[in-house]
Amino acid sequence: MSLKNIKNLILVVFLGFLLTACATSSRKPGKDYYTGSDTVKFLASGVPDRVFFATNRSSLHSGAKGTLNKQAAYIKSSGISVVVEGHADERGTREYNLALGERRANAVKDYLMSQGVASSKITVISYGKERPVNPESSRLAWSQNRRSVTVKSK
Amino acid sequence: MKKIFFILLIVFLNTNLNAAVKIDITRGNLEPLPAAVSDFYIDNPEKFSEGIKKLNLESNLPKVIKNNLKRSGLFYILDKKSHIQKPKLSHLKPRFEDWSLIKAQIMISGKIKIDEKGRLRVEFRLWDVVSAKEIEGLALFATPKSWRRIGHIISDKIYQRMTGEEGYFDTRIIYVAESGPKDRRIKKLAIMDQDGANNKFLTLGNELVLTPRFNPNSQLVTYMSYFKNLPRVYLLNIETGVQEIVGDFPGMTFAPRFSPNGNKVIMSFAKDGNSDIYTMDLKSRVVEQLTSHPSIDTSPSYSPDGRFVVFNSDRSGFQQLYVMRSDGRKVKRISRGKGLYGTPVWSPRGDLIAFTKIFKGKFYIGVMRTDGSGERLLTENFYQEAPSWSPNGRVLIFYRETAARKKGVGASSKLWSIDITGYNEVKLKTPSDASDPSWSSLLSK
Repeated sequence: MSLKNIKNLILVVFLGFLLTACATSSRKPGKDYYTGSDTVKFLASGVPDRVFFATNRSSLHSGAKGTLNKQAAYIKSSGISVVVEGHADERGTREYNLALGERRANAVKDYLMSQGVASSKITVISYGKERPVNPESSRLAWSQNRRSVTVKSK
Repeated sequence: MKKIFFILLIVFLNTNLNAAVKIDITRGNLEPLPAAVSDFYIDNPEKFSEGIKKLNLESNLPKVIKNNLKRSGLFYILDKKSHIQKPKLSHLKPRFEDWSLIKAQIMISGKIKIDEKGRLRVEFRLWDVVSAKEIEGLALFATPKSWRRIGHIISDKIYQRMTGEEGYFDTRIIYVAESGPKDRRIKKLAIMDQDGANNKFLTLGNELVLTPRFNPNSQLVTYMSYFKNLPRVYLLNIETGVQEIVGDFPGMTFAPRFSPNGNKVIMSFAKDGNSDIYTMDLKSRVVEQLTSHPSIDTSPSYSPDGRFVVFNSDRSGFQQLYVMRSDGRKVKRISRGKGLYGTPVWSPRGDLIAFTKIFKGKFYIGVMRTDGSGERLLTENFYQEAPSWSPNGRVLIFYRETAARKKGVGASSKLWSIDITGYNEVKLKTPSDASDPSWSSLLSK
């Protein structure tokens, strides 16, 4: 194998790492939120239904705020009411995760309200770790499961 | 209201306090005590109906006892095939040489009859083979269909006689039976005897149910249900099936437990992203707020004297354990080690707090003294949590999940128990996957 081939191989391996790193984001505390688009559905055209959280956190990173800005605009223009579901990954105790899911859903509710959505249009519910979207036990799956999902009220 | 069971009478035939054989359960038992459980003999087979005959009580009742003693980790049960003496003579006049020949240190014998009122009368004797003496003898009366409970009560008597502490065999476990894929899991409340027999489902699985816990003094259970998509704490009477919501909270209530006298439910109430601890008196309906802190406060558990509450809070930034007075004052952090701590449960003996610890991606079940000192981790695994105490404070039951591969393949959730010595880790048999176990008090108390 020539030196050039080896270089290419190393580059491919390196790019592979980068891609994985992008999908699950960073392993640093507070930064391991999911940044990919798998599992994401849409509340309306161009309006993603969910935002993701870092382990044990309920703070909204800038990407999440971008998504919620779109949600807020859509909720206001369409007049719909929504339910914000808060979820946690499976790497925590059940009861704490119920509280954490509630905290995440409320972080989203508060942000939507700060963008002008009326409080009466939003209800929250926490599912803790009970309803994962990806059932695998992996860092990627856990990052996809640490989420809030905004759905239209029935 | 139907009585589940009744024992009319327990007659003490003999209690000899000077036994040579004893078991120390405060240390891990590496050498279980060799015990022989003889088959019982039937005194009046002509009085046995076909239905009762089919139960094969002469071997199945001793089998219940054998399984209990074996699973306690304290006894080694000698193979029935090695027994030399027949059941009847073993009970009436044992030849101790025969039993000591097969290395038994204790021997259990018994007699079963149907009395004139149609009741089952079971007599058992516990023999100290080493000093060639009877050390315990009892006669129990019950309805024939309650025969397994007789086996459990006898097991408790043996355990108590040998260890000096109350047993935990005449008890039940309430838990969540799980089925279906992980992302659409179906969960039902289920109840079974502590040995896995008499499994029964209490809900149909139409809504998500979590964290059932026994009232220490009655047939009431408290649990969390997503009935009508409103996650709230409920009460269930397991005899009548009557369910009722606890309080009228404008948001999620969860993590319920009873106070030691059973009169209150302590739980978390989540509002606007903040969870605090509340109690509700079940008679007066008076609600009290115990914590008021912008952090998550959850998983409360009373001390057995009702004076303190241990709970889980992330007020330091991460999940840790705290103790407060039961009026909510004098909050003090007790967990000091590295890692996260959750699900604290106060031992019914009052001396220890069991917990789940998360450290470097692993989950541990551990115990610590009530001031946080003397932390001991009993078992490490990929995922396990939610310990619940045996009524004598010697054994913990918890659930353990396995890691899932793609699409959830390989996921499972099972109940396990472990002695607080760290020995005797045992998987419990359940008809389906299981989680959130809660151990009842002794039923006959």
